[in-house]
Amino acid sequence: MNLAGPFHLAWRYVARHRVQTLLLAGALGVVLALPVAVRVLVRTAEHQLRARAESTALVAGPRGSETDLMLSALHFRKGADEALRYSVCDALRDSGLAEAIPLHLHFRAQGAPIVGTELEYFDFRHLRVAQGRMITRLGDCVVGARLAREKGLQAGGSLFSSPEQVFDIAGTYPLKMRITGVLASSGTSDDEAIFTDVKTTWLIQGLGHGHDDLVKPENAGAVLSKDKGQVVANASVRMFNEVTDANVASFHFHGDPADFPIHAMIVQPHDAKSEAILTGRYQGNKEVQIIRPKDVLDGLLGTLFRLEGLIVTALALVAGAAAAVAALVFGLSFRMRQREFATLAQIGVGRGTLLLTKGCEVLFIGVAALLIAFGLIFLLRLLADAVIISGLR
Amino acid sequence: MPDGLQLTDLRFAYPGGEASVTVRSWSVNRGERVALTGPSGAGKTTLLRLIAGILEPQSGSVSFDGGDLRAMTAGARRELRLARMGVVFQDFALMDYLTVAENLLLPLRLGTGATLAHEVTARGLADRLEVGRYWNKPAAQLSQGEQQRVAIARALVHGPELVLADEPTASLDSARKMTAAHLMLADARERHAALIMVTHDPELLPLFDRVVSLEELAA
Repeated sequence: MNLAGPFHLAWRYVARHRVQTLLLAGALGVVLALPVAVRVLVRTAEHQLRARAESTALVAGPRGSETDLMLSALHFRKGADEALRYSVCDALRDSGLAEAIPLHLHFRAQGAPIVGTELEYFDFRHLRVAQGRMITRLGDCVVGARLAREKGLQAGGSLFSSPEQVFDIAGTYPLKMRITGVLASSGTSDDEAIFTDVKTTWLIQGLGHGHDDLVKPENAGAVLSKDKGQVVANASVRMFNEVTDANVASFHFHGDPADFPIHAMIVQPHDAKSEAILTGRYQGNKEVQIIRPKDVLDGLLGTLFRLEGLIVTALALVAGAAAAVAALVFGLSFRMRQREFATLAQIGVGRGTLLLTKGCEVLFIGVAALLIAFGLIFLLRLLADAVIISGLR
Repeated sequence: MPDGLQLTDLRFAYPGGEASVTVRSWSVNRGERVALTGPSGAGKTTLLRLIAGILEPQSGSVSFDGGDLRAMTAGARRELRLARMGVVFQDFALMDYLTVAENLLLPLRLGTGATLAHEVTARGLADRLEVGRYWNKPAAQLSQGEQQRVAIARALVHGPELVLADEPTASLDSARKMTAAHLMLADARERHAALIMVTHDPELLPLFDRVVSLEELAA
């Protein structure tokens, strides 16, 4: 039997009806790709979550959901607003059992989390600056590599923290932060965050501020009264929404920083014994909980894998149904084209050749569907890390 | 072994109908060009289909170059039609989604395979029938007359020994009708092929070696 003829005829048919062919192949391709896509995403999520969790011995935070605490401390997902006092961090350090790194996670800028922390965080996560330099003073920030690329941020630029209450004119104003550097890519959630000193996040929160120096003679007109060092000024006093070299000295905090809020802490015990003592010590604490991210993650992944199994089974059923629908579509299409096949038979084309022609059409569409499925999975593999990191935020 | 086409005591009726075609005895020799006439609905198209082996008679025989079509399997009849016959169908039987070139070479591509020589022949036929300029145009985009000329070229491209043409000039203007008819007649003469053409056109009838009516065949 001459194979080239049926192959050519089938190819010409699908090429002539390329829109319909692509629609059918695309639909089949997506259905075929879905179960694999779910598997790829789950594996990537597992890898991302596990790598981060295994590199973090303990996390401390306010009482509440352990999963929320793990996701917010490790992946900066915005959780509940409950906070700890900074003094808890000091207490942990003073215990001599562990190093503690505070994390303030309440604010965002351009949709990305602002992580208020201390310089130890960068050493702990092995983060280095790829462009510019590290934060040096109040109001400075460094941005993650992916965020910088996506938003076009670079050292020397600036960022405004997102306003908390748009219609509250007496509320906290957004702070203009100076970008001093861009971090090197780490392939983790750090790539999509903005890092600043924890004091800068307290500044955004309104716990500190900077304004005209009322002691200076040129601002004397703004002073209403002075009484034993207590100065009362009128509304003409300028409040600063940006920290500059010129005004940095005017910024100050009201209250004891030990009482200021943080939302989580990364806790690195000095040894296994210290870890056991710490976890035991905080077990019954009504305000603070200490979790092992790896243990929390194991529970979370167990649920995720069970769900994955169900979803893949459901998608396999959908794929089966789609294959049945595709068979029906082919059947109906061939029936609608009966006249065309009768014409070919009249010319003298044999039944085998006609069957082969139909088979080639099915083959072309099947191959196109497979190529689309492979393409989608390849694309997903490229983007999976970013998809998961964004999804965790 | 007799050359050409022989029909003997042929009788065919569509299911539930009366006999629509009856032929006592009829021969068409190789190289002979015959015009087949008869009133509309008399069974001319049916007779061509019986000769081509598309329909099977209830009785009698159709043989070509000594081979009895009734004794052949359906597959063998299809192979005979594809390789040794050229049929111009009344509805042209072109594939809408194929170009003129692809339609012309279709029987060859689905049969023994198309060679460069076949392509040259096809191009020559298309040029002579004035459809060569549509070589790469899909058949769906051609007029009725153009489609009919492509159908004529397709019936001749593989050098068939028997050409069956069912009113092949019905959609053509006077000049092109004559061109197409002369081409088919000359082709049959040159290649010593038998040609049976169904036509009512009085201008064309004198060009044939013989004119036969369906009534005569039944008598």
